[in-house]
Amino acid sequence: MSVQVRIPAPLRKLTNEQELVPAAGATIGEVLENLNAAFPGLFERICDEGGNVRRFVNIFVNDEDIRFLQEKSTPVKAGDEISIVPAIAGG
Amino acid sequence: MSDTQTYFSNLKCRECGRLYPKEAIHICEFDFGPLEAAYDYKLIASRLNRETIASRPQTMWRYRELLPIDGEPTVGQQVGFTPLVRADRLAKHLGVDELYIKNDTVNYPTLSFKDRVVSVALSRARELGFKVVACASTGNLANSVAANAAAAGLTSYVLIPANLEKSKIVGSLVYGTQVIGIQGAYDQVNRLCSEIAGKYGWGFVNVNLRPYYAEGSKSMGFEIAEQLGWKLPRHTVIPMASGSLLTKIHKAYNEFIKVGILDQQPFSVHGAQASGCSPISEAQKKRTDIVKPVSNPQTIVKSLAIGTPADGYYALRSMAETGGSAEDCTDEEVIRGIRDLAEYAGIFAETAGGVTVACARKLIESGKIPRNESIVLCITGHGLKTQEAIHGECGEPRVINPSLREFEALIANDSAILQTQN
Repeated sequence: MSVQVRIPAPLRKLTNEQELVPAAGATIGEVLENLNAAFPGLFERICDEGGNVRRFVNIFVNDEDIRFLQEKSTPVKAGDEISIVPAIAGG
Repeated sequence: MSDTQTYFSNLKCRECGRLYPKEAIHICEFDFGPLEAAYDYKLIASRLNRETIASRPQTMWRYRELLPIDGEPTVGQQVGFTPLVRADRLAKHLGVDELYIKNDTVNYPTLSFKDRVVSVALSRARELGFKVVACASTGNLANSVAANAAAAGLTSYVLIPANLEKSKIVGSLVYGTQVIGIQGAYDQVNRLCSEIAGKYGWGFVNVNLRPYYAEGSKSMGFEIAEQLGWKLPRHTVIPMASGSLLTKIHKAYNEFIKVGILDQQPFSVHGAQASGCSPISEAQKKRTDIVKPVSNPQTIVKSLAIGTPADGYYALRSMAETGGSAEDCTDEEVIRGIRDLAEYAGIFAETAGGVTVACARKLIESGKIPRNESIVLCITGHGLKTQEAIHGECGEPRVINPSLREFEALIANDSAILQTQN
């Protein structure tokens, strides 16, 4: 099953400057593991030592933040768009 | 290299601790955590003491060793050192023993605490060579960037939600700044600004200059401690938008202890929000550190209407570490708070000030702030800036002809006069 993952500018050095990359997996966790196999080093930028998504990284499945779904166990299906978005400052 | 250059050493990631040079950057390249100013506290402790501070001019820059610029300030040298007012009538009204107002409604030059952060950000922007400065703002910051940039001869762009209070829009336009109204909420303005900051070589005070900007808020905490006679209030109630001010007052209190200006002592920082946009308060009440964004803020308190608060997590941590709590209040309670502060302390605050008073009342009534302990309320902006929020809420003047007879008829049974005769 393949989904499209949107990569933010600061991480595109790791994806050969590709903004949108395909990845396989049935959950966000699997997608991240598979992405890391294709682009080594990506996982540790997104997740901490405990494997949890870093505090200042947001992952959206079709515009829903996975923190309010099932976090890394959130299921994904073919055609879903996943965005990795660093938190923004301001205020 | 000037002597002061060594006090402020680096930028440092709040998450992983990686060190960065003192440039116009604000997030960690590795884990996206926010960067924060780091200091050589040992050196500061050896040079800074109460007497040195007390001998300096009464501005926020009397604490300059703990502010992140290299040389002397070149923008906003007169900002800060606003009054700390003992408010006994308001204390009695709220049923507490010892209450103070930190009155930033009279901060110089634009009547809000934002002059503190802008003074640091623009002084640093000049050190870094920026010619154009900018911000995303709910109004007060825009006013302050516009005024201070005008005085300093810097070109400025301020981006705001298009539906802000008219007085706040005029309060930016008058300085000849470029005001861009965005059709959208603050969070959308903010997102746009982070894209612009990445593309243009501008100094955005609350994006790429944020590590410098945010530190300016500490001066409010330093001043409170000094004005209380070199001690901390047991409780400080602070309005929260991004949550940054609360974390910086916490940091200021800790830094004064760390460099030996104050002894170790207990204190709590409490946060206040409007119920129509209270993501941090909601998280605090649920005892979670995940701040759920508010996508459509609905409140008259526009200056606090940030649905995705950048420092929400750290504000929660500051409250947890100090035994503080958060509260939120309805628009009606905000108006009552504004009126209480005006009627019992003679201070006219903007809507955020109404939030602080209203939430303090709730924290007192629920026992989270004991009635016999000292309390400081941080009042951050002037009421003239948000007058439309209370139009029609304070009554109307009674109009008569210029006739003594009419005047005497009017006051014959006037309650205000009857009260003075009792």
